[in-house]
Amino acid sequence: MQENGLIAIVKRDCPTCVMVAPVLQQLESDGGLTVYSQDDPGFPEGMDVADDTALDISYRLEVEIVPTLVRFQDGAEVERTYGWDRVAWESLTGRDDLGADLPAFKPGCGALNQEQDYLAELKIRHGDTPMVSRLVSLGAKEDAIEACFERGWSDGLPVVPPTQERVLAMLEGTTRAADEVLGLMPSNLDICTVEKVAINAVMAGCRPDYMPVVLAAIEAVLDEDYCLHGTLATTRFVGPVVIVNGPIAKQIDMNGKGNALGQGNRANATIGRAVNLAVRNIGGGKPQGVDRATLGNPGKLSYCFCEDEEGSAWEPMTVDRGLKAGANAVTVFAGYGLQGVIDDKARSPEELAQTFATSLHAVDNIHKIPGPDCLLVVCPEHEITLMQGGWDKARFHSEIMARMQLPAEDVMRGAHGMAEGVKPELAGQTVPKLLPTGLLIVRAGGGAGKFSGIIPGWTPGTPESSRPVTKEIKT
Amino acid sequence: MSIADALLDPTGEREAVEKPRLARPTSLDGLTVGVLDISKVRGDVFVEHLATLLEGRGITVKRYRKPTVARTAPKEIEKAIVEEVDVVVEGLAD
Repeated sequence: MQENGLIAIVKRDCPTCVMVAPVLQQLESDGGLTVYSQDDPGFPEGMDVADDTALDISYRLEVEIVPTLVRFQDGAEVERTYGWDRVAWESLTGRDDLGADLPAFKPGCGALNQEQDYLAELKIRHGDTPMVSRLVSLGAKEDAIEACFERGWSDGLPVVPPTQERVLAMLEGTTRAADEVLGLMPSNLDICTVEKVAINAVMAGCRPDYMPVVLAAIEAVLDEDYCLHGTLATTRFVGPVVIVNGPIAKQIDMNGKGNALGQGNRANATIGRAVNLAVRNIGGGKPQGVDRATLGNPGKLSYCFCEDEEGSAWEPMTVDRGLKAGANAVTVFAGYGLQGVIDDKARSPEELAQTFATSLHAVDNIHKIPGPDCLLVVCPEHEITLMQGGWDKARFHSEIMARMQLPAEDVMRGAHGMAEGVKPELAGQTVPKLLPTGLLIVRAGGGAGKFSGIIPGWTPGTPESSRPVTKEIKT
Repeated sequence: MSIADALLDPTGEREAVEKPRLARPTSLDGLTVGVLDISKVRGDVFVEHLATLLEGRGITVKRYRKPTVARTAPKEIEKAIVEEVDVVVEGLAD
């Protein structure tokens, strides 16, 4: 930057810059003016123009509008103006005859260095990013997606390579600082920062506006109650099931309607994937390593949906979880697969409760008593049957739980020729399939079809085991 | 380095620290052996049988038990094992 004199930043694609070109020629004749062009070093014609198509000078000067005119004295900026304002230009230059045939005022145009496509690259080139993760350099001919596979960063599907530009853009999706520590990620107990989550969210394919949801889900799995280490190290099937509540679900285009647990929605697919990638990469929870699942389940790639609050007469699950209706929140549940509950015939809530209860008896193994906590995903047509019978969600819950008490003889070791079962000493007693806290209910699904689902959990949700965790989303 | 030639590391950046294993003792004579029951179903039967066999050879055995298989061992148990025994036998998973 010069010691003394004037600097003008212009671009050809700005009508105001074109208009003030004769003024710049007036000033050039006085000497001490350097003109930088953002888009065309041949503009303004007939002048000695410096090339700033790389935008480094514009970035360093923090130019927002072109034309910008800056006066330097002893190496420091002392005055600037932007757009065309004859009074301001004359005051800054000490002349009183500038652009006599021009209008007194004409606003300028946005500077190229402020456009998002250029700004991220400029911040990175000038080292103005909050990222501190180490850079892994690629070979000249190395394919970035293949490189991610080779380094063990993938869940088995291609990931979006986490370039600095993409991670910087992802961090724009949250107001939280990149260096904020969310906790220690099991099993390695390495530090999990907002930045590390953002890197994994990029790889999962998230949009930046998903970040608040991803961060809340990460906070939830890091909660002691979720028991991430145990759910990873287990030989059972489970992974984090992520349920989103509140208006944010609609704002980021999540799907809680038809195919809510299926494919085809970017937010559903990538938020769940980001959580699993973060667990894998930050905490080291990998199959054949700490993750000892015998079979696992396809949801360990991604298992995320939102409750269909708009389409339901019930209070959202957030209310059951102690938050107020309308709260933006994420609930994580260590679950697996989907056991369908089909009942086309039930026309009363009693019949439907019996169907759900009987179906729940089969979870894991009909003789596994108590069975794991379960999440019911109730479809709209089944909700309608319950509502028409005058049952709300609380009644439905209590009626199912009442049907969870089983005669011990029916589920005893040796009964039905099965080795599994409760101890013979319990003969004559009733035994519960679910713990009193073992049933969550959420509403989702398409408008047609009497097809609900059970998502079984890890184990009975005792304090030593995994319990569902709900976290409010900080936007 | 051009920007597109580098990726940000998504991992915990855990350096691969090589820790040499302690040399195996050539004999258990005079040593104290710990056995850790991790609370996995029937793991207690296995480690107790092992402890009995060791004691039958005149070896001092100390028994430890994790409260739950689901979580890592509490620090107090880790500390006790480090301080009290020379060798430890632990069951892992199934």
